[in-house]
Order: sequence, then structure tokens, then C-alpha cells
Amino acid sequence: MKRLLRRPLAIVALAVVLGFIALALAAPYVAPFEPNATDFRAIRKPPSPVHRLGTDEVGRDVLSRLIWGARASLLAGVIPVAIALSLSIPLGLLSGYAGGWIDGLIMRVTDAMLAIPFLIVAIALAAFLGPSLTNAMIAIGIAALPIFLRLARGTVLAVKTEEYVEAARAVGGSHARIAVRHILPNMLPPIFIQVSITVAAAIIAEASLSFLGLGQQPPAPSWGSMLNAAQRYLSQAPWMALYPGLMIFVIVMALNVLGDGLRDVLDPRDS
Amino acid sequence: MTFGRFVARRIAVLVPTLLIVSLLIFALQQLLPGDAAVALAGEEQDAAVVAAIRAKYHLDKPWPAQYAMWIGNVLRGDFGQSLRNRIPVAELLAAKLPVTIELAVASMLIALAIGVPAGILSAARKGSPLDLTANFVALSGLSVPHFWLGIMLILLFAVRLGWLPASGFVPLSESVRLNLASILLPAIVLGTGVAGVMMRHTRSAMLETLGADYVRTARAKSVSERMVVLKHALRNALIPVITLGAIEFGRLLSGAVLTEQIFAIPGFGKLLVDGVFNRDYAVVQGVVLVSATLFVLLNLLADVLYFLANPRLRGH
Repeated sequence: MKRLLRRPLAIVALAVVLGFIALALAAPYVAPFEPNATDFRAIRKPPSPVHRLGTDEVGRDVLSRLIWGARASLLAGVIPVAIALSLSIPLGLLSGYAGGWIDGLIMRVTDAMLAIPFLIVAIALAAFLGPSLTNAMIAIGIAALPIFLRLARGTVLAVKTEEYVEAARAVGGSHARIAVRHILPNMLPPIFIQVSITVAAAIIAEASLSFLGLGQQPPAPSWGSMLNAAQRYLSQAPWMALYPGLMIFVIVMALNVLGDGLRDVLDPRDS
Repeated sequence: MTFGRFVARRIAVLVPTLLIVSLLIFALQQLLPGDAAVALAGEEQDAAVVAAIRAKYHLDKPWPAQYAMWIGNVLRGDFGQSLRNRIPVAELLAAKLPVTIELAVASMLIALAIGVPAGILSAARKGSPLDLTANFVALSGLSVPHFWLGIMLILLFAVRLGWLPASGFVPLSESVRLNLASILLPAIVLGTGVAGVMMRHTRSAMLETLGADYVRTARAKSVSERMVVLKHALRNALIPVITLGAIEFGRLLSGAVLTEQIFAIPGFGKLLVDGVFNRDYAVVQGVVLVSATLFVLLNLLADVLYFLANPRLRGH
């Protein structure tokens, strides 16, 4: 952490991410309007002192919807990664530690999942599960699973033959104890880096699914669904398209910079 | 290892992978809520249609039997029938694939033209303002949501300036000029994202080779810096970049989903999205299966290229 704090770019990125989290939490207090309150006297009005970022096709305040939309986007960044982690760490430990046919089976399925591009897995799953934010998050979580699984297993294989693990085994440590006490801590650095990158990918994936109508359902705000509506009024109301995309861009960029910073700090080989 | 054995070994891994891919795609069908036959019938809730679908896909049989019949048909090139268009899914796939390939090739050219030179320059002048700028631009290319970039480019070049068509696609056979105009914006959108990846990988590969002993030897022999960078270092640095190019090309073939949607390019991505919205599940399964197969084959190609380009591997 200390070494991370010495990187100005990573600090800025971390501050941006924390800022977004604060914004999402404080949405009811900082949003100037109700996110779903329509106003038919103010349809597609350009930015003004009242509606600082303009209004949308039914007169809703774009700024307020952006602020509330941060909730959907951040949730969709964090929950799928939590799903992927909670399944992949135990499975990765099992796969790497047990070896043999269990490892073979798990890895073949992982390879197969990696063969289908991330967004396609998410779209196909969301399509079959039915459109909703929850299903989109499940779909993205499953799509992210193989990346973490392979990472977790790789670390186990690398650490398993280290002397201190051999020593723990020699003094009679149980398999479960060795896995949790000795192997798990070594998995964390690469997983931290991957988490930061995957949260970014998940936010884009949620925006993409919502843009297609497979994620957050109207009238609830999400940056992706705001862009979907904006596309139809591109020439009359370009502000509707500009700001949601900028929000996604900024948070994803911050997460990627943070990921790079973490890699430099935690992975001495690459720096 | 001989080249033949290397390829044979890769293919031996590839077959079970594809088999499991097909199982996963087939399993999607089991996620459909309620009666699969009713769901597959889509909007048409006619009892006769539902019964026909149940009989056609053998939905009354246990799933291993269903899978065996499905994969048997797929291997014979029969992906079922599109419920929407009433034509074989295989025909739809064959019609859309060339469009997506053209878009992927155009995007790849843009990515290579920007990413590789930027990576070389960045590595050669590590820490300079040029390096920092290139890194920042590459990271932006990786972070920007492509569909939004597409919308912004439409706003700028089509709506405001009126230089290029906002959307729509003109086949190459109709007019080369209009065809290129119609794929230029989508290719820029996709190409810039890949360019970011290419730049970062070229840079780190170059930095690695520039620090290698043989490059130090070349410098010691007072070979000009230009020659050191372009001839000695670049040649080896390009090996991982070529591999990455093949993998990214595979991603482009299937990653163009939203970009095709926004620019109304009638390729694989649009076919997938239309399939999703029409609840045309045979189309969705077909697109995902073919995309995954292409992706796996391009990964194989990447491995083969890596093997061929790397004399150290060939020796053993």
C-alpha cells in the first residue's frame, strides 16, 4: 500500500474510484432531482442552470440520472467479480491442489469458457436468463469466472512445491489448513490486480448489456440504458449521449490505471 | 519437438475444448425459463408450432440424447432453422461472416498501423513525454466503451460534419468506395481499442529485447541506435506481437457485437443481437458456436506462428 501511495497516477485513480463510490452512496442527497421524475415541459432541454447536464426524452434530469446510475454501474462492477471470486478461489485451490482428473476436468471446462469471448458469454447468458440487472450481473460473473480460476490454479501450482509448503506438510498440516494458511495468501496479489481490471471490464459489460436492453430495465437509470435512449436523439440532444459515456470512460480508466499501479507494486517481474 | 508433433498435440487439446464449448452452448437452452419448446417457439404460441418444435428438437427426450442429435446435425453443417426468417441458420451464418471478417481485417490494419509504431517509439524513448503520451492514449483506447466512442464519432462525422454515413453498409461488390466509407468509422472504433493493446505489448516486448545481451553487444559494436532498434530488437520483439495479433483478430471477429449494432453493419454481431431480441435461439447458439470455433482456431494459429517464429522452440 505504501508503495502504491508513492505513485501519483495511481493515487489519482484511487481517488476517482473512491469519489464514484461516495457519489453512488450519497445519490439521494446530491442528486438535484428525482431520477425518474418526468417533466413534459422540459423535454430534451440542453444544459441550463436548472438542469446542468440537460434533460432526456421525457424531461428527466440527466445529472440526477447519472448520479443514480452510478449505483447500477458500480454494483455491476463489484457483484459479478464477487461471484467469480467466490466460485473460482475454491475451485482453483481444488484444481491445483488435487491435480489428476479433477484438475483435468476443471481446466478443460475453463479452456472451453475462455474460448468464447467474454461479452458473448455475457450476452448469450443474459439472453437465455432473461433481461434484468440481476441476471446481467450473474451472466457477467460467470463470464469472468474462467479468468480468475486459471489465475488461482496457476498460483497454487507455483506455490505447491515451495519448501515452506512442503515443510507444513511434513509437520502434519492438513490439506485444508495448508490450502488456507499457506497457499491462499500467495494467490492474493495477482488476484488483486485482476480484480481491478475485471471490475472495469464488468462495468463496460453491464453498460453494453443495458445498452442492448439486456441489463437494467427502464425506468431505473443506468449509464448503458441512458446511452440506448440517447442514440435515438443524437442530432437533437447530443448531451444525452455525451455524459453517460464519459462517466463509464472515467471510472474504467481509473480502474485500469489502478490495476497498472497494483501490478507495478505487487508483481516485481513486470516492473 | 518437430513441427508436426507440435501441431498434432495442439489439435489433440483443441478437440475436447470445442466439444465442451458445444456442450456449454447446448446447456444454455436448459436455462430457458419454463417449457423450452414454448420458449423456442417465441411469439408464436400456437400449440401445433410448439408440438412441431418439441418433435423437431426431440425436447421430449433426455438431454444427453438431445445433445447427441444436436451436435450430430451441427457437425453435418445443420445448425437448425431460424424461427424468424424461416431459413437455415447455416445460410445466415455464411452470409454474415464475410462482412464481419472484412470489418475485422480493416480494424486490424488500423490497429497495426497505430499500435506497433507507437509501441516501438515509446520503448525507444522510454520515459520521454512521447512515451507518456502514447501510454496515456493507449490506456484511453483500452478504457473507452467502444459503443460510446462509435456514437460520438457518428455525432461528429455524420451528424455535425456530414462527411461519412451515420450507419448502414454497402457491400464490397456494389461499390468499393461506398463500402470503405461505410466501414471506416466502425473500423476506427474497433481498431483504436486493439491499437492500445498492441502498443502496450509492443512496448514491453521491445523494452525486454532492448535490454537483452545481444542488443548490448550490437551497441558495443557501435551499430547505430536506429539499426539496433529496428533490426536487432524489433525482430525478436515482434514474435509476441504476432501471436497477440492472431488472438486479437479472433476477438475482433466476435467482439464487434455492439459496434455492428450501432453502425447497422449486417455481420455476426448484429446477427447475434437480432437473434437475442427475436428469441431466435438457434441463431444465438449458431453464432456463439462458430465464433468460439474461429477464436480457438486463431489461437491455434497464434501458437503455430509463435512456434515457427521462435527458433529456440524448434530446436528441441
